[in-house]
Parts: sequence; structure tokens; C-alpha cells
Amino acid sequence: MIHRYIKWGVLIVLALGAPVLMPAIKTQLAMLMLMITFALTWDIMGGQMGYNSFGNIVFFGVGMYVTAVIQRDMFFTAEEYETMAGALGAIDGTDYLTGLVIGLAASIVVCVVLAAILGAGILKLRGHYFAICTLGLGIAAAEIAGGIDYIGAGSGLVTPTFPNEYLGDRGYFFYYYFLVLAVVAFLVLSWLYRGQFGLAINAIRDDEDKAEAMGIHTTRYKTMAWCISAFFLALAGGAMGNLVGFIDPSEVAFAGATYGVWMVLMAILGGKGTIWGPVIGAAVFHIMQELFWTYLFGWQRVALGALIIAIVVFFPEGIMGFVRARWPELLGHKVDHQTPESRIVP
Amino acid sequence: MDNLELLIVAPVFSMQLLIDGLLVGSIFALAAYGMALVWGVMNIINIAQGEFVILGGYVTFVLAQYGMHPVLAIPFSALTLYVLGLLVYRIVIVRIVDRDLFISILATFGISILLQQVMNQIFTADVQTVESGLGTWFLFDDMVTVNQVKVLACLIALVVGAVLMVFLKTSRTGQAIRATAQNARAARILGIDTDKVYATTYALNAAICGAAGSLVVMTWVIQPFIGLAYTVRSFMIVIIAGLGNVFGVVASGMMLGVTENFAGFLLGAEFQTAFIFSLLVVILVWRSWRLRRKRQVLR
Amino acid sequence: MTSPLLQVSGVSKAFGGVVANNDISLEVPEGKIIGLIGPNGSGKTTLFNSIVGYHPIDSGSILYCGNDISNMHVPEIARLGLLRTFQQTRVYGLMTCMDNMRISVPHVNEGFRHMVARHSESVADRAEELLEFVGLYSKRRLMAGDLSFGQQKLLEFAMALMNEPRLLLLDEPTAGINPTLINGLIDRLQRASETLGITLLVIEHNMRVIMNLAEHIYCLAHGEMLADGAPSELQNDQRVIDAYLGAH
Repeated sequence: MIHRYIKWGVLIVLALGAPVLMPAIKTQLAMLMLMITFALTWDIMGGQMGYNSFGNIVFFGVGMYVTAVIQRDMFFTAEEYETMAGALGAIDGTDYLTGLVIGLAASIVVCVVLAAILGAGILKLRGHYFAICTLGLGIAAAEIAGGIDYIGAGSGLVTPTFPNEYLGDRGYFFYYYFLVLAVVAFLVLSWLYRGQFGLAINAIRDDEDKAEAMGIHTTRYKTMAWCISAFFLALAGGAMGNLVGFIDPSEVAFAGATYGVWMVLMAILGGKGTIWGPVIGAAVFHIMQELFWTYLFGWQRVALGALIIAIVVFFPEGIMGFVRARWPELLGHKVDHQTPESRIVP
Repeated sequence: MDNLELLIVAPVFSMQLLIDGLLVGSIFALAAYGMALVWGVMNIINIAQGEFVILGGYVTFVLAQYGMHPVLAIPFSALTLYVLGLLVYRIVIVRIVDRDLFISILATFGISILLQQVMNQIFTADVQTVESGLGTWFLFDDMVTVNQVKVLACLIALVVGAVLMVFLKTSRTGQAIRATAQNARAARILGIDTDKVYATTYALNAAICGAAGSLVVMTWVIQPFIGLAYTVRSFMIVIIAGLGNVFGVVASGMMLGVTENFAGFLLGAEFQTAFIFSLLVVILVWRSWRLRRKRQVLR
Repeated sequence: MTSPLLQVSGVSKAFGGVVANNDISLEVPEGKIIGLIGPNGSGKTTLFNSIVGYHPIDSGSILYCGNDISNMHVPEIARLGLLRTFQQTRVYGLMTCMDNMRISVPHVNEGFRHMVARHSESVADRAEELLEFVGLYSKRRLMAGDLSFGQQKLLEFAMALMNEPRLLLLDEPTAGINPTLINGLIDRLQRASETLGITLLVIEHNMRVIMNLAEHIYCLAHGEMLADGAPSELQNDQRVIDAYLGAH
């Protein structure tokens, strides 16, 4: 027991102290927390429920735009924005925080409602139809956002300048924001997975027809899982817009080619359908990316494609799956070494 | 939507959209035919389909740079892609052919990203096209223009499709492919080398895409990142027409071409891509909704 | 006379040109064990699928507790307490036996609170009790997918009981089960019917089993209702014997 407390204590101290110890990379550390949130929220559907979505990035992007637009419209008139494009004037800390909080709250509402509406249609699809449909959804969202002038169309949208003099350093602020988000996501999900929700979505993953035949409210659970993803992604997106400072429809907001694929990859790399898998996968992937990406001189996206293929083909069970296959007892799985008396397969 | 009035005032414009749509639709149908082949035989949905098309276009583009006429470059595009298809099969697809569908979707999606980025590195993200040197017909008092190259491309697409159909029906390889499609295990027991069949099928599909790509670069433009739109078009055509229904594929390909042309004209060019991807979502949801009324699930 | 729990009247179902069920009628009174027999391909499983809402029926009606369920979907019907097991067993392979049992609690009147909450101790106790009942208690922590076919069949039966159905449709409960275990299974089916008050409709190929188990048997052949009656009557019915031996 003491042992366990020490382990958690070390983790907490490390998480809280990391940006202070390594101030040079605090933005990258914030990104690491974002990646963990990405992988965790993707795994609700992809790992635990067996619905592999390429479209979760939609909620990230929508959350980002909603927050940014509310921040903009609360404190700036259209003309002001027009003339100051690229450098929204300074606003004080209270105004900034008010705008951010209201914007994030609105993002949550919009994204969860959107998830419920989209889910009503799309979650009826099974397997590969669902995967391809969500792939289309993500790209459609980016293309549509790129054509709407109110949100800056293809040339993007600028978020308010972070008031450093009131709220301290931007890097620290967003590091702790994303840390709290990742931790809350982790705790909420591990709590949900232990309850009937977790059992039900696992049942849907293993055999949805059977789950229906047993009377499980499959539609409700699926919609709920999608809405929970949307909830956390809305919070992530809203803050990410402010961290980056500039929202491009297909490179930052609906970044299907980067974040959208990464979240799938990180969850698979760590091990789908486990609570620690996505966390480990995100950490490994992010560190690898930060270490090697810059040495690839523009070939990093080629490398990403190769990495996807390699992981999917050779390592589909991920790190946790590897550990489970080697040392099943370590993860609390029981194995029956005695041969069953009747292995009659019709 | 301003263009809607234009269509009402001058209906002859819709003739223009209709003709262009039908002609370009045949190219979509060709790529979709390849997708249906791989899907039906190997149970793999090839997300890299569009990248094969675009790559075929680039092969023709490069050959045209050296002075070759684009129509003559079609066989070279097809051949290059055939070899690439074989390579991709040997390296990746062979390892996922019996695994679950999502693995194959993700793996081919990886191939798609890889090819996109490689093309971007080699050819840059600029839009490219190839001049065919063919003229234009003017119809309806010069109100409607028909590019001869589009008509030629449509004819070539239909001929290639027809040749393939005959090949699958009559040749030994074609029969082996069809047998494997129906029941791979039975085919294996009866001595058909299914691995070879899969390799041929996948490579054949890549070659079909290569030919389609040549036609695209002649009639339209190519760019490293527009491949996915071709994948999605092929996918839509296949799910509307069903597997193994050649005339359905041609009909829905042309229907898609026409729909897309009208949508692009009415919504504005900036929303044309958005329209294609939204249409995919709508078609899938609509189909599953209809099945659900019959107590069935789309799978 | 009270109306039967399940009343199937004049149900027809064709797949393309193949008529799988033609004008089938049967009744399942509350509390009884009813058998459904017939040669392979006679349309027994199709009839099950029609009853539980797997596909639409072409004509006829299916009344459960006096209500028409022929237009309802699978989960809705299941929540009314009409459950089926599968011929090819279906369990949640990557979950432990206990988790398989836990998620099989009845889902009727389930609010948001139930959806996110953890199960109470009594659910676990009941699950262990039922696993003990089918003889799988020692395997409760194993992955369901690692069990043998026969064990999965028993687990599926236990899961069905966990759901507290009123009417349970069993599709070949003894197929693939070790012959020495079959007697135990018959005994369990009877006990489930008596002590838990569950009505059973059983498809079975094993004549010895069905003749011992059922109080009334329906026999299908070529998609048509061939005969019905008490086990002793059917055993001597020339039409049934012909259908099984293929004489025409």
C-alpha cells in the first residue's frame, strides 16, 4: 500500500514540477498532455467499444472555433478585428479569462449536442462503414470551415493575445490546463470503465448483435461514449486555439492528417482497450516525435505513413498487448492451463 | 446559390454540366471498378485507391514532359502502377489480407499518407495538368463546349472496363480470381494459388487506377493531396452499385459525376470537395436508416 | 382460458425466392417447456429470428403477452423479457465470465444513473450463484473466449438466466456439449423452468433430450408446420418419421 502511495506521489510531483524543471520545453510538455487526452478520448470508442473513428477531430476543431469566435465577438467589433487582423489588441486578465471560460462552456455544449446529433445517424453504422464515414466527416468539416467567411475561411482565425502580464507565462498556464484536463479525463474514464458503462461498451465491442439480443441499450451507450469524447475534445480544442494563437482550418483545427491520425496511432501503439495503454502510447509517440521529427527535414509525414503501416501490421496489440501476452498475471488476467475437456467445434 | 438563377434563365448551362459530369463520371467508375474488385476478392477496402490514381497521373505527367503524347502514356502509367501494386502487396497487404477490416483500412490509410507525402516531396504541392492537343466541339449555338479529350477519356475508360470484364470472364487468371472471390478456402483446397490471385488482383487494381490517373491528368488536374477524394468517390459508387455489378458501377459513376458538377456549380468551387465528403456521410446514414426500417444493419 | 404468453399466427418469411417459413402458427403457454423440432433447413432458426426481431416477417403476426411485437427491434423485444440464445454460441470473448454475467442484468427501466454506476454486491452474488448453477464457478475469472465450445454454451445459458427473462428461446442447447453433461443440462433446464418460472421454447435435434424435456412439441419440415402434439404422439406420427428419414 505504502509502495503504491510512493508511486503515485512521484508521478504527481513529476507532473507538477516538469515545466519548472524544464522551462525550455514547457509548450511541448503541454502538447504531451494534449496527446494523452487525444489518445484517451479516442480509445473510448476505438478501443473499448470497437468503433474506430477517424472523425473525433471534428469536435476538437469545432470546440476551437466556438471558443475563439466567442472570445473575438465578446471583446472586439467586426471593424476592429478587420483592421487589427493578425494582432488582436491587449485585453486584461479578467476579460481574457471570462472570454475563455464562456467560450469553453459554449464549446462543450455545442460539441456534445453535435455528437448526439451526428451519433444518431452515424453510430448506426458498423465496422468499416463507420470508420470510412467518420473519415469523410473529418475532411468535410475542414473543407466547410475553410469556406465560411465568418470564421476566417481558408485564411484562418486569430485568437486573442494571451495577457502575460496578468496571468503569468502562457506556457505554464496551458501546461497546467492540459495537465488537469488529461488527469480529469483519465480519472473519469477509469471510473466509468469500472461501472456498467465500461462493461456495456466492451460488450458492444465483442459482439454487438449479442448485446442487442440481451437488451442492452446499445444506441444510448454508443451515443454517450461519443458525447464523452466530444466533451473532452471540446475543452482541448478551445484551449489549443489559444495556445497556438492562430487557427487554420485544416492544419490546426480539423487537422486530420496530423492529430486525427495520431490519436488513432497513439492508442494502438500503447494498446487499445486499456486505460494505461493510450497514456503510454501518447508518451512514447510524443517523445519519439519530438526527438526525431526535426531530423527528418520535411520527410516526417512520410515517416508517419510508414510508422502507421509498421505499427498496424507488426504491432497491432500495442505495448499493453505485448505485456499482456508475455506476463498475463501482471495485469491480473487468469489463464486456464488445464485443457478443457470438450473442445468440440461444430 | 446565385448560380441557380442562371440555370433557370439559361437551361442550356445544365446541358454543359450534364455532359461534363457524364464524361468525368466514367473515370470515377473505372477507379471504382478496381476498388470493387479488391473489396470483393480480398475483402479489403483500399483507402490508397485515390493515391494510386494520382500517382498514375504523375507518371503520365512525367512522360509528357519528355514529349510523349498522354494517350500513349496510359499503358506506361498502368504498368508502373502494376509493379507498384505488386510491391505494396508483397510488403504490406499480404500480412493483413486475412485480418479484420479495420486493420486493412488503417494500413491502406497509412499507405495513402505515405504516397501522398512522397508525391508532395517529389512533385511539390503545385497543381499539374497535361495538354492533349485535342480541340473542342461547340454545340447549341456555341453555348455548350465539349472538350474532345474528355470524350476520348470517357471512351478509353469504358473500353478498359470492358476489356477487364472480358478478361475476368474468360481467362484462366480471371476465373481463378472469381473463384477466390466466392470462397477463398474452397479455392485454396482445389489448388488455386490464392496468394498469387491476391497479388494479381491488387496489382491489377493499381494498374486500373494508373490508367484512370492518366485520364484525370489529361482532362482535369492532379495534386498530391486530392487522392482521398477519389477513394471516397470510388467507395460511394461501390456501395450504391454493390459488388460485382458492372453496369451499376458505370451508372452510379456517371450519376456521381453529374451530381458533383451541379453541386460545384451551385455551391461554388470552394465547397465542391466538402460536398463530396458530406455526400459520403449522407449516403451511408441514409442507407443504414433504410435498412434499419427493415430491422437490418448495414455491414 | 388465458391467452398464451407467445402466440405466433400465420407467419411467413421468404429470402428472395426461398420460402423459409410458410404460414407457421404456434402457441407457447406461460410456464411450459415447448419443443420445436424438424430436419436441417426446415426453418426453425428462421422462425426464432422472426420472433426476436432479427428480420421483418412477410405476413402474419407475433403476439407476446398479448402485444404485437412483429415490428419491434431486437433490443426492445429483449427488454420485454423475450430472450434467445444462439446456435453458434455468442459470448463476449474478451471479457471475463463474471463480466459477461454482470452486463447481462435486465436492462428494462434503466436510467442514466444505472448506466454509469457500478453494480451492487448483490449482482455479483447472483452472477456467482448462476455460474455455480451451470457449473462454471471455477472458471469465473477466465476470459469467456478461452472457454471450450460447450462451456461457452453453458455460459450463454447462465447469461440468459441472469437477464431474468419470462420467455427464453434456446437454439440447440445441447449441440456440441459432451454427452455426459447432457443429462445435467436437461436437469438444469427443467429446474430453471420450475424454480425461476421461465417459459422455454427449445429447438433441439437430440430426440432423447426433447422427448424428456418438452410437454408439447411442434415439428417443422420444408418451412411448413408438419405436426404438433405431446412427445408420445409425435414419436409415433408417420409424417414426422418420414420427414426425418427423408421418405416422401
